[in-house]
Order: sequence, then C-alpha cells, then structure tokens
Amino acid sequence: MSRRTFEWRTTREGWGRGLVDLGERHEDVVVLVGDNTTSTQVHLFADRWPERFFQMGIAEQNMVNVAAGLSRFGKVPFYVTYSAFGIGRALDQLRVTIGYTPCNVKIGGGHSGISVGPDGATHQMLEDLAIMRALPNFTILVPADFEQTRKAVQAAYFIDGPVYIRFGREQVPCVTGPDDIFEVGKAQLMAEGSDCTCIATGQMVSEALIAHDQLADEGIWLRVLNMHTIKPLDEPAIACAARETGAIVTAEEHQIYGGLGSAVAQVVAEHAPVPMDYVAIMDHYGASGQPEELLDKFGLRASTIVGKVKRLLERKKN
Amino acid sequence: MNVQERWVAGRLNFPLPVLEEIACDIRRDILTLLAHAGTGHTGGSLSGADFLTAILFHEATVDPFTPTWKDRDFWHVSHGHVTPLIYSAMGERGYFPLRDLLSFRTIHGHLQGHPSVKDTPGLEVSAGSLGQGLSVAVGAALAAKMDRHPRRCFVCMGDGEQQEGSVWEAAMSAAHYKLDNLTAVIDVNRMQIDGPTSEVLGVEPLDEKYRAFGWEVFVVDGHDLAALLDAFTEAKNVKGKPSVLLAQTVMGKGWPEIEDNFTWHGKPPTIEQADRALQGLGANYGGWWARLEANGLKP
Repeated sequence: MSRRTFEWRTTREGWGRGLVDLGERHEDVVVLVGDNTTSTQVHLFADRWPERFFQMGIAEQNMVNVAAGLSRFGKVPFYVTYSAFGIGRALDQLRVTIGYTPCNVKIGGGHSGISVGPDGATHQMLEDLAIMRALPNFTILVPADFEQTRKAVQAAYFIDGPVYIRFGREQVPCVTGPDDIFEVGKAQLMAEGSDCTCIATGQMVSEALIAHDQLADEGIWLRVLNMHTIKPLDEPAIACAARETGAIVTAEEHQIYGGLGSAVAQVVAEHAPVPMDYVAIMDHYGASGQPEELLDKFGLRASTIVGKVKRLLERKKN
Repeated sequence: MNVQERWVAGRLNFPLPVLEEIACDIRRDILTLLAHAGTGHTGGSLSGADFLTAILFHEATVDPFTPTWKDRDFWHVSHGHVTPLIYSAMGERGYFPLRDLLSFRTIHGHLQGHPSVKDTPGLEVSAGSLGQGLSVAVGAALAAKMDRHPRRCFVCMGDGEQQEGSVWEAAMSAAHYKLDNLTAVIDVNRMQIDGPTSEVLGVEPLDEKYRAFGWEVFVVDGHDLAALLDAFTEAKNVKGKPSVLLAQTVMGKGWPEIEDNFTWHGKPPTIEQADRALQGLGANYGGWWARLEANGLKP
C-alpha cells in the first residue's frame, strides 16, 4: 500500500495565485474572463487590479480575439474560462488569429478533465490536448498540482508566444514543493525505477506515485515522469526511459486519442520501440458523479496503472 | 516630441485630389496583380479601395518603416480575402516595394492568399476566417484606453461577414466598454459568393442593428472620398460609444463590366480583361505592370 500522505489543494487556485504573483511584478499582465471569475480564481487578480481585469461575458470567440488585440499593444493577456468553451468554442480564433499570427496570449483552461464531477460530460473537457497539440506555435502545459500550476503561470509569461495551461476544478494531491524546479519542456523525474516507466500528466502524477509505491512492495520498480509540458515534448527523457526501463505506460485525464499517450507513442515508435500501454478515457464522453467516483468508473487510478505495468512486464519477457 | 505630437506626425493627411488619385492607383494595382497572378478576389477588393485609401492615407497614424511602432494606430481588414486591396494599399503606402505585388499568391513571394503577419510585416493579425477582426480591434482599443493613449482603431469588414455570430459578440463588447476610439467600416457591396446578400442570408437593416447594439451609425457613399473623410471626422468626435461607417459600395467598382455581379467575388480577370478595365481607368496592363516592376518609379 501507498506510504504517501498528501496535502490537497486545487490547481485553479495555483492559477489564481500565480496571476497575482505576476501582477505584482509586471504591469503589462492583464486578465480576461468569461463569466466565471470566482470558479477560475481570477477574483484574486480582479480584486487587486480591477483596471487590468476585463469581464468578457459568455462570448468566448470574442474574448480570445480581444486578448489578441491587447497583445498587439504591449499587454500580456491571460484569458481564462472552462476549457470546454475557451478551447472548444473558440477553436477557429485560436487557429487563425492566435496561432497563425502568432499572438503573445496565455490561455487558462479551467475545469478540465473528468474530475469536474457532477456537471457531467459537456463540462468535462477531454479533447483539449488533442486539439491544441495539432496547432503550430502553441506551448502546452499541464501542471500536476497547486504549486506547479503557480509556477507554470510564471513560466508562461516569459514565453514569447501563445501558451495553453490546463488545470482542473477539484483539490488534487500536492506532489511538488515550492523549491522544486519547473522547467518548460523538461520532464520532472518523480520516482526512479528500472522495470517500467509511467509517464503521467496533471493529477495522474499522484496516481502514478501511488502505483510506484504499491509496485515497490512487490519488488517492481516503476519510474515516474511528470510530463507537465505536452508541447514541446521532452523527447530525450521519453527515449531514455524507453531504453532504460524497456516498457512505458502513460496516464492522463484525457481521451486516448491525441493526448499525452499518442504523443509519447510517436516518440517511442521513432526512437526506441518498446511495449506500451495507456491509462486514459477510452473514447467515451464523461458523465455526472462525484470526482472520486468518476476517476474509479473510468479507471484513472493507481490500480489501473499497476495492472497495466504488470501486463507490460509479461510482454517484455516474451 | 511627446506621444501626442509623434502620433500626429505619423498621419499623412493628403488633400482630396491626391487621395482620389491614390484610390485610382490602388484599383489599377489590384487589377494588374490579379491578372498577373491568375488567382484572387476581384469584386470586394475593388469595392473597398476608397475607404481603405481614406484610412491609410488620411486617417491612420502609422509608420510603414516601423510596422510595430508602439504609438501607431490600429488598422485591420477583417474580410481577409481582399488581399489584392490590402497589399496594393500597403505597397502604395510604403510597407514593401510595389514590385512585390507581382509575387502575390506565389510560393516564392511574401504575399499570402490571405493575410499572414509572419509573411507580411505591417499587418496586425493573420486573417481569412471571417468574423474575427472586430474582436481584435476591441482589444486594441481597450489597450489604448488602459494606457490613456490617443490611438484610433480602424477595422474593415464585409457585409456578408455580418452573418458570423462572433461579429455581434464583438459589437456587444465594444459598446459595453464604451470604445469611442474604435471605428468600424462595413463594405456594404450587397454581394457574397453565392449571390446577393439579401438572398443568401439577409443582414439588413445593419443601421438599426448596430444602433440597437449601442453604436453610432454613419451611412455613407463608400466611393465618395469627401463624404468618407467627413464621416471619419464625425466618428472621431463621437464620445462614449463606438462608431460604424456603413459604406454603400458597388462590388467591382471601377470596372463597369463586372459591377454588381456577384460571380466576380473570387475570380481574377484575364490579362485581356484587365487591360480593358485598366484602359477605363486611364492606364493599360503592360504599362501598369511595368510601373509595379519598377517599384512605381516609372509611369
């Protein structure tokens, strides 16, 4: 059993606090929101700097391109809404105006993943990584916890170009500390191991760490990589893990097609073909339920990772 | 010079006869580059020549040699398919050598079929998918308000483009934020690819719609430069709300053979047709082609 105990906090609070950190230091940071100020935690910014905060209402297509216009005149806009709408509704604007130009706009994708809970499938964005990966010029960050989200917001400011930061609604285990380094494009080694590697992103990193502990009890050593940057992908870390551990399982709160698993498989196939498996949403829409129930229902759990690792080890032997 | 003085210094302020000459040159450029390229959009490019001349050669403060000059005005053409117009106006204004117009839509040129910032410095955002530009102008106008900057923001749209829902999201937000530094121009040439706009999907009454959305509306003859300049001046003096000029235009204006004919939305003239059209504008294809090739230095 896992020996870990975690502190739990929301990634969206990390987003809100990160913006306040930036706002204090950089006057050019402006924030736009789509009628969900508190639930995306940007009230923290709005309360401090109302003159740098724009309520854009339920009009995502407009909000995206207003951010583009602000970015043309020295502002660094961070816009946020639920990723189902900020990405889903405004894809054309993201593709043509933000990506193709490209504009220095930062996108907060709140309420991402199945863990949104009772609101159900329409609000559980499970396709955003696939969509955003396909667009040139974007950097895609999926921080694992509160602290890392806060750092991802800081890092996004210093990237010259569009950045998408994905985060969720519910409290998730804190797996990184204030002193851990967050480097865009560099996978974070969370646990060393030699039998297999779990490449996880977002809140699945904590499940991977629990899987690591459970497997260790059985004498199986699972390496855990926190792939907080989906694009540009840390290809050397993936190829190295494939060569050194001989098997890879990915874990993400996203559709099986087009997300982290697909991205990793592309690298593995090219550089170091080894047996692979995936923990993800298996081509389904989400559903209503409590977050914990949904993670169980859709198998986004350490136990699923453990089962897949054991099967991978069998495949390695053959 | 302070910001205000520098900003005013970037304006050309040409007198009316010169502006009319420039608009005519732009039409000649459009016809020549389209016939040379053998691809591109003729109708809307010709209908918009007068108001874009008014913006770039009279109203807007820009520095073509420093396209991202921080004190510039914002100008943008949201119906990006009229690149023959956009590029001809930019070439005449000095953003790039006129000879470049002859590389329009080619693999070795920097003038893409639809506007691309990476390829053509001086553009503000890439465009080509309709209904996006007004929102960008709202952002530029908000930035000016934040900075208490005298910047004016000009954005042109097609009338068919008004069918895109995102235009009305933007219209709502411009009025909500009282963006009196924003002036939109709609090229009301009443035509789109599939036919007259009234038959495809009616957008009228645009004046009542924009008024209901909280805008000041000016209905103006889109081919009368004096009337356009007056309307821009009036729009500048409007306080507390954005303005829109409903430019009543004729698709294909300047080439009588195709005026008001929607089938000319997206096709170019042949060289013979362009030559005929150019003769109607006091030029000829070979001569105007040579002028472009010589960067405008020889007639």
